[in-house]
Amino acid sequence: MEVDEPSSRPPGCSLRHFACEQNLLSRPDGSSSFLQGDTSVLAGVYGPAEVKVSKEIFNKATLEVILRPKTGLPGVPEKSRERLIRSTCEAVVLGALHPRTSITVVLQVVSDAGSLLACCLNAACMALVDAGVPMRALFCGVTCALDSDGTLVLDPTTKQEKEARAVLTFALDSVEQKLLMSTTKGLYSDAELQQCLAAAQAAAQHVFRFFRESLQRRYSKS
Amino acid sequence: MAAGFKTVEPLEYYRRFLKENCRPDGRELGEFRTTTVNIGYISTADGSALVKLGNTTVICGVKAEFATPPTDAPDKGYIVPNVDLPPLCSSRFRAGPPGEEAQVTSQFIADVIENSQVIQKEDLCISPGKLAWVLYCDLICLDYDGNILDACTFALLAALKDVQLLEVTINEETALAEVNLKKKSYLNIGTHPVATSFAVFDDTLLLVDPTAEEEHLAAGTLTVVMDEKGRLCCLHKPGGSGLNGAKLQDCMSRAVTRHKEVKKLMEEVIKSMKPK
Repeated sequence: MEVDEPSSRPPGCSLRHFACEQNLLSRPDGSSSFLQGDTSVLAGVYGPAEVKVSKEIFNKATLEVILRPKTGLPGVPEKSRERLIRSTCEAVVLGALHPRTSITVVLQVVSDAGSLLACCLNAACMALVDAGVPMRALFCGVTCALDSDGTLVLDPTTKQEKEARAVLTFALDSVEQKLLMSTTKGLYSDAELQQCLAAAQAAAQHVFRFFRESLQRRYSKS
Repeated sequence: MAAGFKTVEPLEYYRRFLKENCRPDGRELGEFRTTTVNIGYISTADGSALVKLGNTTVICGVKAEFATPPTDAPDKGYIVPNVDLPPLCSSRFRAGPPGEEAQVTSQFIADVIENSQVIQKEDLCISPGKLAWVLYCDLICLDYDGNILDACTFALLAALKDVQLLEVTINEETALAEVNLKKKSYLNIGTHPVATSFAVFDDTLLLVDPTAEEEHLAAGTLTVVMDEKGRLCCLHKPGGSGLNGAKLQDCMSRAVTRHKEVKKLMEEVIKSMKPK
């Protein structure tokens, strides 16, 4: 079990403190727990494993994402988020190397204090790396909130999200910081979108640096 | 011979067309399919609309019923959208509980209603804390040929424009609701959200209004929902290959043109309708 935290807060960046722990569960092939401020998500990856004949794809792996909320049964919003996370993973996982298999990502929300979808994406990425699933790039999730006078807040808390005029969540890849996934809430203008995207790309650099450092620390010890 | 090539190598078949900047059905890359809309189609519903985008057919029916307002917002009514993709529309859907596609589309429509504030929920309240309208919006797809999100958003908007609510007064003595069947009023539509969907091909090409085949072959899809002031209600990109800022800019400008086309079409249809 490895607990990794960034050695110092990145200067000029308003992301909350984040921490990541890998290989903490014994049964899944890969697992991770990602903390962003008070938001915490636990992820487990099983795969490549056997797939039901009805779901198998002849030339690539079938990806499945299950998102369980903290309380209650999974409903329609969870299904929508599962689709977003699954499509993001499908874009980066090299499924062609494991045809007719299934890769299942199970996410459990442990605590929700804002920026939940971004935390789920980060946990899923770290768990996929821990499981050794081949990927063409890493991906990370970043949330931006725009309040009524147009100020940008990265990685908002639940209170900031409620008071914001618009909340935008992006998934960016590690190679060129291209936009992989985007989902938004509220009204905003085109210029504000470009501004948020640029801020998210800058924040993503910090997140990827954290991923790299934590993986380096983990593999240098073993 | 072309049919054989298409079955064996569908992506290569498409690439041959895309090299000439057109698609197998003869459209340009930025061209929409023929859009037709029929408002007031269902007489038993309070508001209805049928939208056809090429072959994709979606019908929306709105029924208004009474309910008690929520305790945390006693001056608001409800709008409940539901998208149904029955086995009738495509062979990939089975009978039974709603599949993933239907649930994701329902959530998308609910988000568009919430974000764009197309109707102010306060307008649906009759008596704060006691009685409010609930609008059940049922969207049913009759024929699935891609671009379901655009068709559903348009159908919903057209149906909401058609909805006529009866006038309800609360009798002070008996505290019961009295419905005046003779007096009806249209809903106050604040904004007109219009969705434009794109399919991303080979990381660079963006095709507008993808058919079911194109959606299947594409590396990803992107939907932009814009209102008449150019504000974005929703940028829905569920995964797929990456896009940079310049490509997003192209999508925005196409969405602005599409909004004008759709608005003009809807205004023409509403003007041509005989008053009830």
